[in-house]
Amino acid sequence: MGARTLTGMAQTAPVETERPVGEEDVAPDVPWIVIVWNDPINLMSYVVYVFQKLFGYPRDKATRLMLDVHQKGRAVVNSGPRERCEFDVSRLHAHGLWATLQKDR
Amino acid sequence: MPGAPIKRSRRGGFDLRIPARERDVLATLPDMLRALLVDGDAKDPVLQRLYPNAFTDDEEASTEFREIVHDDLLEQRLAAIDTMERTLRSEHLTEDELIAWLAALNDVRLVLGVRLAVTEEATPADFAGDPETEGAFELYRYLSFLEEYVVKALSS
Repeated sequence: MGARTLTGMAQTAPVETERPVGEEDVAPDVPWIVIVWNDPINLMSYVVYVFQKLFGYPRDKATRLMLDVHQKGRAVVNSGPRERCEFDVSRLHAHGLWATLQKDR
Repeated sequence: MPGAPIKRSRRGGFDLRIPARERDVLATLPDMLRALLVDGDAKDPVLQRLYPNAFTDDEEASTEFREIVHDDLLEQRLAAIDTMERTLRSEHLTEDELIAWLAALNDVRLVLGVRLAVTEEATPADFAGDPETEGAFELYRYLSFLEEYVVKALSS
């Protein structure tokens, strides 16, 4: 295991961020982002494989994103309309990754 | 690489060289996972890990989202388990079958990992003493080993 697993879920709980009141009305076109969070169980190689499979990313981009997750605790793996991001998150959950979506801000 | 338990085959699909005693261990996983997925308590941390909150900071939206996608995800998980169980003794797998194995193996690793509260640095010594915990970590390590080869084979 060791360096081959993602780790640190406890340290990377989502942070509360202030959201402007009425944001929905003012900026309806703000895109959404899909975030994958670090966890101590998923293998690094598996996460690279999932990013390649779900998003069609080349191996080097998938690896870079995985390393961001591993080292920085999270990475934005995709962005777009809310429905698209919800679909991505459900596919990431189906693959056992810890993913969330939120408005880009 | 000689000795790899799973390799892409020249005739398509994948060759499996997993000893019978290891397959006996794998044969115990489908029922264990099914019982948890179908009859488990939604508040169980393991199930919360398999169906995590979808929205970074919106509990209500996450609950609604979970209600919508849960049955689909469950169906996918059960289908993967069924495929793995059906092909448990096979020496040759199609790509779809191996992908099902990967899904089931990873789900079991998530279950064990959450139960054991593993960390990146976890070693067998951390789980010594209680035979049940020791065995669970042993299984976790074996499944990690196997999954590395599955990913390697699928990526080759």
